[in-house]
Amino acid sequence: MKVKIETPLVLEQAKKLRAGDIVEITGTIYTARDAAHKRMLTEYEETGKLPFDIKNAVIYYAGPAPEKPGMVIGSAGPTTSYRMDAYAPKLIELGQTGMIGKGARNQQVVDTMKKYGAVYFGATGGAGALLANHIKKSEVIAYEDLGAEAIRKLYVKDFPAIVIIDSLGNNLYETEPPKYRQ
Amino acid sequence: MREISVDLVRDAIKTMCIEANCILSDDVYQAIEKAKTTESSAVGRELLCQLTKNADIAKRDYMPICQDTGMAIIFLEIGQDVHFYGGYLEDAVNEGVRLGYEEGYLRKSIVKDPFIRVNTGDNTPAVIHTQIVPGDKVDITVAPKGFGSENMSRIFMMKPSDGIEGAKDAIVQAVKEAGPNPCPPMVVGVGCGGSFEKCALLAKKALLRPIGSVSPIPHIYEMEKELLERMNKTGIGPQGLGGNTTVLGVHVESFPTHIAGMPIAVNISCHVTRHTHTIL
Repeated sequence: MKVKIETPLVLEQAKKLRAGDIVEITGTIYTARDAAHKRMLTEYEETGKLPFDIKNAVIYYAGPAPEKPGMVIGSAGPTTSYRMDAYAPKLIELGQTGMIGKGARNQQVVDTMKKYGAVYFGATGGAGALLANHIKKSEVIAYEDLGAEAIRKLYVKDFPAIVIIDSLGNNLYETEPPKYRQ
Repeated sequence: MREISVDLVRDAIKTMCIEANCILSDDVYQAIEKAKTTESSAVGRELLCQLTKNADIAKRDYMPICQDTGMAIIFLEIGQDVHFYGGYLEDAVNEGVRLGYEEGYLRKSIVKDPFIRVNTGDNTPAVIHTQIVPGDKVDITVAPKGFGSENMSRIFMMKPSDGIEGAKDAIVQAVKEAGPNPCPPMVVGVGCGGSFEKCALLAKKALLRPIGSVSPIPHIYEMEKELLERMNKTGIGPQGLGGNTTVLGVHVESFPTHIAGMPIAVNISCHVTRHTHTIL
């Protein structure tokens, strides 16, 4: 099913989505990858604060290429998500409802998604130029010293993704390949 | 003796870093085009279309095909009759990488230390492999490598008794375990034989071969054919969402080895497998 969704991704909407839904996301999302996740959670432990409002937030696992003059952003496809598995459960617990990335997640992440009602979207890995066209605004809001790994606040329009794992734990990576296995 | 300025090497590397990242090489593009006609999954076909569309946009806007513009892996085959002047060769190579990644708006993805992870800010140092060959030419290959796929690579120190069948099973298993993570459809480079580091290097070099090229060694050629078929029957498909295009190509390189060993390395690469080549 094709679904247009808006961020912040409220829990009701997140819970309605099903694995296999093709979505177009519009609204604000945040980039964060390995180093930013690690720092965010260390800081949270120390101060109880995060660099952006995590409630109903969608985090895009991405480290974009630098923008050329006159462009909003450089290539900006997803990075492999399992490296964030160590951090994602805590953020979901704190209110994050959506993750965009590529590749498999571990059981702990899936269990936490089921418990709190979060959803995991896949964007096409290696299609960074195409995906950059859907990013209309980009601003570094934290950890500038991390370079490509800084946290960016993005405004995306009709950003194409697919629901890989839904809040019931249905998982396309488990259900689809067996249909084509010979 | 031929005199070559290291500035020439620097300039070539700079241009090649940008080109390799912004223009999908023709062999890979054609392999994706061909897969569109054979992919059994509708979602898979749509994803393959996105990949060529993405490559078209990247070429048009001269921007990176993928934001992971990689660690710069550089192969230099240096004719033994060449003398470099004007500085140290490796410095010139790194300077070329630094300029290419800066001027090409490529992502800087290198940290100074595996444990103290501070970005070097200019994507250096490169990984440089040099080989001395006959003649007076310098053959340069630039192959920026993304780590989504590099992380899925494996090395197996197998026993001679495992035989070619055991090797094939291990290689297919590595692809199955990689699953959706390395951005399938993948390109798989395999190194067989040599020593621990030699087989890893062979696997990396196998990725430099144009997709569709085949081994001239009959049993290795058969192995490549069988591996390709078995990998495309795993069902992983484009982006791991199911289909029969799991790999675009499998290249196997082999080398003599020790009586006690059978090292096998599997270097997994993505559908953007980058390689540019020039001769000075």
